[in-house]
Amino acid sequence: MDKPLTRNIKSDGSTVTLAEYLASGGYEGLKKTLAEFAPLDVQQRVKDSGLRGRGGAGFPTGLKWSFVPMGEDAPRTKYLVVNGDEMEPGAFKDRLLLEGDPHQLIEGVVIAAYAIQANIAYVFLRGEYRLAAARLRQAIAEAEAQGLLGEGILGSGFSLDLRLHTSAGRYICGEETALLNSLEGKRANPRAKPPFPQVSGLFGKPTIVNNVETLCNLPHILRNGVEWYKGLSRTGEPGTKIYGVSGRVRSPGAWELPMGTTAREIIEEHAGGMRDGYRLKGYLPGGASTDFLLPEHLDIPMDYGSIGKAGSRLGTGTMILLDDKTCPVQMVLNLERFFAQESCGWCTPCRDGLPWTVSLLEGLIEGRGRPEDLATLERLCGLLGPGNTFCALAPGAMEPLQSALKYFRADFERYLQPQTTRGGMYA
Amino acid sequence: MPDKIVGNDFGPPKAGPKDGLQGGSPHKIVGNGFGPPKAGLHIEIDGKSHPVKAGENLLQAILSLGLDLPYFCWHPAMGSVGACRQCGVIQFKDANDAQGRVVMACMTPVAEGMRISLQGPDAKAFRAGILELLMTNHPHDCPVCEEGGECHLQDMTVMTGHTVRQYRGLKRTHRNQDLGPFINHEMNRCIACYRCVRYYQDYCGGDDLQVFASHNHVYFGRQEDGVLENEFSGNLVEVCPTGVFTDKTFSRHYSRKWDLQTAPSVCVHCGIGCNTSPGERYGSLRRIVNRYHGEINGYFLCDRGRFGYGFVNGPARLYQARSAETGPLDVSTAENRLRAMLEDAKGIVGIGSPRASLEANFALRERVGAERFHAGIGDAEHGCLRTLLDLVRNLPLHLVSLREAERADAVLILGEDPTQTAPRLALALRQAVRNRALAIADELGIPHWQDAAVREAAQAEKSPLFIASPAPTRLDDIAARTCRASPRTIARLGFAVAHGICPEAPAVMGLTPEHEALAAEIAQALTSAERPLIVAGTGCLSEDVLRAVGQIAAALAAARPGRATAVHFAVPECNSLGLALMDAQSLAHAAHTIESGEADTLLILENDLYRRADRTTVDALLTRARQVIVIDHTLHATAERAHLVLPAASFAETEGTLVSSEGRAQRFFAAMQPAGDSRDGWRWLGPWPCLDDLTRALADSLPVFQQITACAPGAAFRIAGQKIPRQPHRYSGRTAMLADIRIHEPKQPEDTDSALAFSMEGAANDHPPALNPFVWAPGWNSNQAVGKFQDEAGGHLSGGDPGIRLIGDGAGTGLPWSVPPETEASIADALRLVPLHHIFGSDETSMHSSAVAERAPHPYVALNPEDAARLGLAEGEEVELAPDVWLPVKCLPGLAAGIAGVPAGLPDLPVPVTAWQSWKPNKPGDETS
Repeated sequence: MDKPLTRNIKSDGSTVTLAEYLASGGYEGLKKTLAEFAPLDVQQRVKDSGLRGRGGAGFPTGLKWSFVPMGEDAPRTKYLVVNGDEMEPGAFKDRLLLEGDPHQLIEGVVIAAYAIQANIAYVFLRGEYRLAAARLRQAIAEAEAQGLLGEGILGSGFSLDLRLHTSAGRYICGEETALLNSLEGKRANPRAKPPFPQVSGLFGKPTIVNNVETLCNLPHILRNGVEWYKGLSRTGEPGTKIYGVSGRVRSPGAWELPMGTTAREIIEEHAGGMRDGYRLKGYLPGGASTDFLLPEHLDIPMDYGSIGKAGSRLGTGTMILLDDKTCPVQMVLNLERFFAQESCGWCTPCRDGLPWTVSLLEGLIEGRGRPEDLATLERLCGLLGPGNTFCALAPGAMEPLQSALKYFRADFERYLQPQTTRGGMYA
Repeated sequence: MPDKIVGNDFGPPKAGPKDGLQGGSPHKIVGNGFGPPKAGLHIEIDGKSHPVKAGENLLQAILSLGLDLPYFCWHPAMGSVGACRQCGVIQFKDANDAQGRVVMACMTPVAEGMRISLQGPDAKAFRAGILELLMTNHPHDCPVCEEGGECHLQDMTVMTGHTVRQYRGLKRTHRNQDLGPFINHEMNRCIACYRCVRYYQDYCGGDDLQVFASHNHVYFGRQEDGVLENEFSGNLVEVCPTGVFTDKTFSRHYSRKWDLQTAPSVCVHCGIGCNTSPGERYGSLRRIVNRYHGEINGYFLCDRGRFGYGFVNGPARLYQARSAETGPLDVSTAENRLRAMLEDAKGIVGIGSPRASLEANFALRERVGAERFHAGIGDAEHGCLRTLLDLVRNLPLHLVSLREAERADAVLILGEDPTQTAPRLALALRQAVRNRALAIADELGIPHWQDAAVREAAQAEKSPLFIASPAPTRLDDIAARTCRASPRTIARLGFAVAHGICPEAPAVMGLTPEHEALAAEIAQALTSAERPLIVAGTGCLSEDVLRAVGQIAAALAAARPGRATAVHFAVPECNSLGLALMDAQSLAHAAHTIESGEADTLLILENDLYRRADRTTVDALLTRARQVIVIDHTLHATAERAHLVLPAASFAETEGTLVSSEGRAQRFFAAMQPAGDSRDGWRWLGPWPCLDDLTRALADSLPVFQQITACAPGAAFRIAGQKIPRQPHRYSGRTAMLADIRIHEPKQPEDTDSALAFSMEGAANDHPPALNPFVWAPGWNSNQAVGKFQDEAGGHLSGGDPGIRLIGDGAGTGLPWSVPPETEASIADALRLVPLHHIFGSDETSMHSSAVAERAPHPYVALNPEDAARLGLAEGEEVELAPDVWLPVKCLPGLAAGIAGVPAGLPDLPVPVTAWQSWKPNKPGDETS
């Protein structure tokens, strides 16, 4: 099985040095790109490859790039920004790539920047990723020393200044426009779209924000070609995906697998199955801001289209499992507390709707619930839904709640019973 | 010089003679489709087609049509940001789409054929849901909240139909801050619409009001307790949709909006002429709020104008006539005494006032004769205003309104600190520098109303603003270049700019290379701009500076044939320009007339001469005059020396006409009956039965004022036979408010001077804009009801913005080129005095408001730190400014070298800087010269 993204990653947790990276064929994709392809050719290849953004939304990468103004008259400076603000509960896939093989990211960054002709790139890194920051800093220095970054990269006319920015730590910074505001030193509130960052992004200039995993795909696509890349997948959606599992499994972790691997295979073969005494009750396939799926969905391929059809989202591909000993209401409350805390406070539904959601769930759990509360929760799911809020944070926050209300309604209703008759279902 | 000016950069003047006389503004009722005709697109709202203007957003379009849609974060002057989500409507994809989706009207551009629903159940449920969320933390303390009764949040809550609260959780609470003398802070009421910070930071350029924290803990306040620094902070009271920011001066004598008796008025604290609505209750003036004017103040006032009303009922207010010999007089005795003194006079010198109406000044002029009518302003200012009028009359100048100033794409300020002398103009200039941002937005296809996106795209890019002034100004932060120099050097720079624009204008010899380069840069920026604007004024009392402005204006007009040059001259007082147009004599002439014995009686109207000339001169004048009569509303040093003092009505108690610095004549009206025995200033002076007769007499005798009778409908104006009530229809307690004094209800006082009534009865609708005392519309109790009185959201008042422009229409044909002044001779060891103006401090009447006085500086002499070091003076060290006037030295970095700045007009600084004096600082122990 081909695992291009993680092939160099060592099991002992140490990083890959520049020498090791070069020895493994590293920067070959970049060399080829600079030598053989014009920027628009790179864009076309990536478009042809079918690569979709791995940050959660799954937007086609090449298409995203194509909105950047190109040519002589295009505004300067253009920017490429790496979204390394991995803060979605349950997600740790970018960390693996950042710590394990930082040069792969750098190579991807240079290729992407070349494709859109950006001369400054920023890595916006989650503040707690201190090890990743240290390794990335080291790798950037190595790359600069070798002429892989900076003026006239590899003797080409293309220059790129790559800067590392560590975040002060808000989940909302993962939203690309909030990230840009934060990078500019402003409050990390999202921006209205349009205008899209491709037109008016960082410092008002054309900007592309790509996820770490997305960028790590680029060296391989450019080096090995579109057909090879498509062949990695088991479904119509190309490439590999880093899938993660957290919850009561024998060996939680993250693995690079062909796109479209089923959740059953991931959980049972790679995560070692459920721990003794626990049964799977449901799972959030793409991280905390995706809808629950049930054991009956385990054989659905984990790709954007199939998971979407099942009523959830592939998201980051890092699933969180709910077992039969854990109360889904409490799990949802835990998530909603996180989202309520992380709301930037800009738009009304998110700022005031999430704390209300938390308050209702707390009331329910503490025995102060009223039968109409479930209807209120459902109403909030609608009110905080897509299109009603300024960005995707609140709709994402509502996904586990709305699906829990659908699939685990009895668990909610149980809290409406008098405490004595409720029974001890969960630990 | 160009021969004929056919236009200016800002279109024809908006106000014609008919303005203000037209029937006015019907309240737009939901769904009546009574919108102004617009060229452009059609959209379908709930099945009915409506015309809308291309380029607008849906919310603007819907409100402009007169329909109701609730909103919070959007503001017509600040555009859209999509934060509150309150203006959700359902948009359908096409004719077949029955479901539609929620979109925010404020963030959705109108498009031809667009189908939307305001009233569909989904749209209404969404908006009620958002409102319910906003209210989860709102304390519902309306009965004890000062916003109650004029609260946008109340109005919008009712509009959405949210009536039953389902939220049972705790409400988040905040600690409030002391924000200084103007503004109360009650953060628990906050619904986090972000308007306050957007207004304060983005619109006003302030940085000490911020948003802190996140999620539902967002906090709008200062980093720590302290005075809100920005000069326009008072508008937070009206910008905030609920009671977070309220008027602290109003709190001290609070009344509900519905209990206030109000009138259309004009601010009297500088020359800009902002429209205001003063409110009275129980015989005292309680507050000032903004009265929308589409060409002048728009939605915003400055803090001096909003909070400076305290003099009306202040401790120095004159309620009774008094004689120097016998003390208080009753009215008839006072009248007899006045008659006797005037009959006894061997010639009367009349001294008018730039803070009194045209009518009051004219009444004085009629009483004493044109040759004996004096302006009552300092001689330096008198000279400046004469020069200014000479330029306006003879050069192709267009005196811009503030709305026009906001459109300027290159601005040169010469010798003025507008924030201090004409504050609202400074706020307009702050918007003008954004024209570059709007141009960038155009290039990127971002609509102008998409406020955050425009700011993001433009970053720090600004249209060029150049400031040449003696001292740092409050607009320096947005200036492309600043230049600190003496007034003479500023004038020379201006002449060099003119030469740079038009080589025929004489060159300036001996400029420094830096000034040469700067002049060239300014000339280039002004020439290449579409709508260049020059701002100057009487601030540094330099006729040279004004002549330089004339030269630049003429040069620009020569370089841009057929187009008048946009100019705004800041003048110090509310009727400075009106008084100047009466061509009154100078104060020196008055002194000469008394000194020579041609006259022995001084009749002084609403003026404190000690603010106009130095103490020795005024003392001599008042001593020499055998009889001194003062008519004024406030006791001051001149009144204290008068033989007879007659109490005059303040602006809040009288009617009249003022001419603003735009050259616009505007009528103001009494909000209340004159206090005590005071009466309209002109009523002490002449036989006119009512104001209209006096206004007519003025219009007939001085051609420049020919049209002023059309400023507002006269006293005979009626709507369906009725006068216009000053009191809202919910006015309460009329029969009870005086019950502790006498049991029967007094008759409502009659008003013979205007079409307004001191009553709650009368014509409720269709008020002409000039006669509209307050804005109210069904469902709209806050000032945001003004939308119902505009031709479009944020546009002009329906029926025309009030006022008649008298001068400055660009018709002047030319003057010979002026000769640039020489470099001033250096004066060894001495400095030249220049006045430094303070928004809080330099205006006479507003300093009687304790809140304003609290913000005023203590007297000082400002020196450039290097000058101070050279003269061996340290910060805080006392120096003698004038005989026995000792002031501390203030080191002011950025002050031009060779000058000493003295605060203008402070009440406890009895040394007006009257001219371009030289001054040699004395320290204690020095031999005084």
